[in-house]
Amino acid sequence: MKIVVCIKQVPAKDAPLVIVEGGWIRESDIGFEMNEPDSFALEEALRLKEKHTGEVIAVSMGPERVKQTVKEALAKGADRGIHVAEDKAHGLDPLGVAKSLAAAIEREEPDLILTGLQSDDHGFGQTGVLLAELLGLPHATLIMQIEVQGQGLRVKRELEAGWFQWVELPLPAVLTIQSGINKVRYATLKGIMAAKKKEITAIPRESLGVTHEPTQRIERIYVPAKTKKTEFLDGTPKEAAAKLVEKLKHEARVL
Amino acid sequence: MNILLITEQREGKWNKTSLEALAAAQQIAAEAKGHLSGLVIGKGVATLADELAASKLEEVLLVEHDLLGAYTPDGFTLALAQAIAQVKPDLVLLPHTYQVRDFAPKLAAALGKGMIGDCVGYRYENGKLVFVRQMFQGKTAADVVFEGAPPWFATFQAGAFRGDLVARGASKAPVKSLAVELKPEQIRTKPLELFREAKLAVDLTQAPILVAIGRGIKAPENIPIAEKLAQAIGGELAASRPICDEGWLPMDRQIGSSGQTVAPKLYLALGISGAIQHVVGMKGSRTIVAINKDQNAPIFEVADYGIVGDLFEIVPALTEELEKTKSA
Repeated sequence: MKIVVCIKQVPAKDAPLVIVEGGWIRESDIGFEMNEPDSFALEEALRLKEKHTGEVIAVSMGPERVKQTVKEALAKGADRGIHVAEDKAHGLDPLGVAKSLAAAIEREEPDLILTGLQSDDHGFGQTGVLLAELLGLPHATLIMQIEVQGQGLRVKRELEAGWFQWVELPLPAVLTIQSGINKVRYATLKGIMAAKKKEITAIPRESLGVTHEPTQRIERIYVPAKTKKTEFLDGTPKEAAAKLVEKLKHEARVL
Repeated sequence: MNILLITEQREGKWNKTSLEALAAAQQIAAEAKGHLSGLVIGKGVATLADELAASKLEEVLLVEHDLLGAYTPDGFTLALAQAIAQVKPDLVLLPHTYQVRDFAPKLAAALGKGMIGDCVGYRYENGKLVFVRQMFQGKTAADVVFEGAPPWFATFQAGAFRGDLVARGASKAPVKSLAVELKPEQIRTKPLELFREAKLAVDLTQAPILVAIGRGIKAPENIPIAEKLAQAIGGELAASRPICDEGWLPMDRQIGSSGQTVAPKLYLALGISGAIQHVVGMKGSRTIVAINKDQNAPIFEVADYGIVGDLFEIVPALTEELEKTKSA
């Protein structure tokens, strides 16, 4: 099975965010990492390959720095990488992102395309579904289990409030993976060494011939106004704890 | 402005986020002097269309077909694209449910349009709609506007608007059936029965006090610290999704969009950053306490009381304080 897995590189979870013009954050002085939901998709791709043989191709779009995340995917076991080079990728709308990725993926003719359910930065949560529409493929989202069944797949979809559903679909197809579907592996030293010999193909986004008029624009980003006024309790842990118990008893009256 | 609200139902029951999106659509229609239509899609859902017609809107559109009985992204996209071609709305609004996430981007893209998803609010300024959504896991908000020609698609997050504020109409709105054509071979996915995993062992919705842990707890060996607090305060232990994904606590302890939605009198969030998916499941709590090392964590947006610091120092101190007052 030939599997393409889409991976985004996002600011590290604990990175201090400084807002700048253009609806983005200052990129200097912060760390970046693999979008956590995508790491579950990568792990699932690697497991499918190990069980059914095939090839895993990690695809990421962004500036030069995203190569590091593609390398991480290769170190974990992906066979090769594609870097869709675009310095201003953060300014693209969801449809613009999906059109670019679709153009890069289409030439690979994969059997299966996997994405995480959403990114931890923009959080659009649309890429997988859009890829399916643009490439004319069936899809299913928020997947918690994948079984190969004949020429197709049987997948377990998560619904709201603890409900699930099995869905059957033919290949090729697109799946978005729900976080927690598996336990993500760490790269081994051997994997890191092996990754050095693996190929990352760089494709400048403008060479893909994608035409796109933006459908939406982020005017600005900002720290949201508080909906509630939080009363912060300070002092030593012991003092803060005593103040809190006092407040919960006599002010909120919940104890 | 022609506004089309697409509602969601399952087995003849509203998804309650539909009513919240209806309240939002009514407010937008009032401010923008728009014409609001509500759409019900499925099979055998005429009763729901009739029910919807009692609310304040201009008309209700009923899209029924044998192939729409069970939800499929292909079936819903094809049917709704035909409905939109007939109705010609400028703005299409939907509730941001798991089902809508599964088909709405596809529907918009099929028409060459974009979708602003998971909005928490909107502003109508100088004849233009600005949508507000969250970014960076709720650490920032973003003002987003549509570009290009309509129809425009937007979805509203669960809990962003109040479903009990849906306005009733002075008289009943007309219900109009829209014919759509679908063929079985156009539907490529085959949905099977819905089911639940093991029965929920604990019903957290009934607990008056919840002590919830997040990534800040760091390791399963540290969970007893939270358990002791739960015991001292008379609460049940709960968690954010990553804790249950790791298997540190069972799935039935999970609060949030994929777990349980709760509104206890007291909710203590320990080491929970406050990602949207968690907050939608607990923001209705009467009193919220957050203990977190990061003073900019979004959980403080909804907290009544906050302590910034190391939970491994503060939580034991709190447990001790509670035990002291109990015995006093």
